[in-house]
Amino acid sequence: MLALDGLKVHFDVSRRRGEKVVVKAVDGVTLRLRKGEAFGLVGESGSGKSTIGKAALHLVPITGGRLEIGGEEMTRLDRRAERRLRRTAQMIFQDPHSALNPRMTILRSVAEPLVLHTPLRGAALTARVAALLEIVGLSRQFLYRYPHELSGGQKQRVCIARAIALEPELLILDEPTSALDVSVQSQILEFLKKLQADLGLTYLFISHNLAVVRYLCRRVAVMYLGVIVEEGETEALFSNPRHPYTQALLKAVPYPQAVQPDRGSPLQGDIPSPVDLPPGCRFHKRCPAFIPGVCDRHEPPQVRDGDAMVRCHLFADAART
Amino acid sequence: MAAGTQDAALAPSFAERHAGTIRALRLYARTFARNGSAMLGLAIVLLFLTTAAIGPWIVPFPEDAAGAIHLDIKLQPPDAVHWFGTDEVGNDVFTRVVLGTRVTLQIACIVTGVAMLIGVPLGMIAGFVGGWVQEAIMRVTDVFLSVPGLVLAIAIVGALGPGIVNAMLALSLVWWPGYVRLVQAKTLALKNEIYVQAARSMGASSLRIVFVHILPNCTSPIMVKASMDMGMAILGAASLGFLGLGAQPPFPEWGAMISVARTYLPDWWWYSFFPGVAIAVTVLGFNLLGDGLRDILDPKHRE
Repeated sequence: MLALDGLKVHFDVSRRRGEKVVVKAVDGVTLRLRKGEAFGLVGESGSGKSTIGKAALHLVPITGGRLEIGGEEMTRLDRRAERRLRRTAQMIFQDPHSALNPRMTILRSVAEPLVLHTPLRGAALTARVAALLEIVGLSRQFLYRYPHELSGGQKQRVCIARAIALEPELLILDEPTSALDVSVQSQILEFLKKLQADLGLTYLFISHNLAVVRYLCRRVAVMYLGVIVEEGETEALFSNPRHPYTQALLKAVPYPQAVQPDRGSPLQGDIPSPVDLPPGCRFHKRCPAFIPGVCDRHEPPQVRDGDAMVRCHLFADAART
Repeated sequence: MAAGTQDAALAPSFAERHAGTIRALRLYARTFARNGSAMLGLAIVLLFLTTAAIGPWIVPFPEDAAGAIHLDIKLQPPDAVHWFGTDEVGNDVFTRVVLGTRVTLQIACIVTGVAMLIGVPLGMIAGFVGGWVQEAIMRVTDVFLSVPGLVLAIAIVGALGPGIVNAMLALSLVWWPGYVRLVQAKTLALKNEIYVQAARSMGASSLRIVFVHILPNCTSPIMVKASMDMGMAILGAASLGFLGLGAQPPFPEWGAMISVARTYLPDWWWYSFFPGVAIAVTVLGFNLLGDGLRDILDPKHRE
């Protein structure tokens, strides 16, 4: 459904004078999403996971690599390809409060994709929007309300209604619940899971919340500094993390009890700047299993094992012997 | 039965469709009504507008604005017949001040209108397109902003020749940069709003994004600035009139009246006092109104 091949998104942030400064937000990512699956993308802030979602919809320019959606090459867009892309893939944004135009009624917001892509107008358009609202569990009373009159959960439902208006096949969900109250989060998640099953949607679910990804996704990829460090079946990856970064991420999840079990030291320091990438393995400066002379010199190879993949020197040796 | 109720729900009455808007307007009205100075401003502006509308029918001596001469009653102090006294050719100052509202309103509307028509599109283009287009527009704007507006206006009228049309033209030409600044900054901020990204991800064209998503969200600050600018444009036009560059003396324009009247100070004070009060009160009214509008439309930008 969605295929990325060595996708690169670099941002040129050079000052007018002075040397060239490039932020490598996404630096060679390869992903394959099968039709109808929910795929999780996790990583800490600044790892480039949101940028991948935006690049897939051409909201940020793609620097290199290939993008394919629904079996069609979408790396460069002409008008026809763009129209098809807009109908096939839609995005749900993190903050529903700012994802709706404050000057537009819910009716106009949800109707926008229909106005842009279908000949529906007038009463037929209103009826279609009302039906969409019903799917997401909102009554027609909301049609003529403004976003500021709705709660966060209701706004996110409106955003979902807008995203599925054109019956897309691929939904990119960029932390769809992290701006919501905890009590509402679970409702929205449950609804998203049901929606995926009902409509046979493909999800690219971007999140830093591992529990949410575990609940919703069958496969997951872990990102660090613009590259995928580990990928695999959710259950296998979570119960047996191989990459030291994945292990650290899982250890960092707080337990719901007062006394935290001893889990070794958490990760030290911050994620390095994507402007000035460390040589060798991008994780070596924070890695507890750092091998001097190897990790800081050579880029780790990708080790594939069926569906699973890990990018670490620890497993390179295992693969060789 | 079921179909009937469905139709009713899909074709609601005007009040139902605009319930949100009506609620918002009611809230605005309540907030505004609680603000004393804003209400004073509104009252002054309404008085000004009514005076401009019905002026020719309520003034006691309509011919006094058209160059009548009654030298026998020149420079009379205020009394029951001539409320604001008379001027050096015996014209009723009250009549001339009241009739001056029309030309003042005309100047204010035209100057602000032209400034908006030039400034808003330029600001929007600069903010939305970015790059060298933005650089070019903003640098030209900076040049205009760096010269005091009135001085530039005087220079322009000086070049074109004095007269009310040229004065309006000159004021319009120095007024637009403020709108470019305002709209460019707002557009720049709105362009990165998530709902604009969302619209783009749905395939909305740039034109649609500008007119449907950016412009409606710019209207509040533009309205606030416009109401303030009405007052400032009136002041500017009066200044030009006073300097002899705007409306020419027999014409009932406040600035031009004061320009002649100042030579009769201080003994015949009423001649310049009443046009001066008219200018001050009108400008104050528009400023208070603008402040009040800002408080309800743009609460985050309150200083």
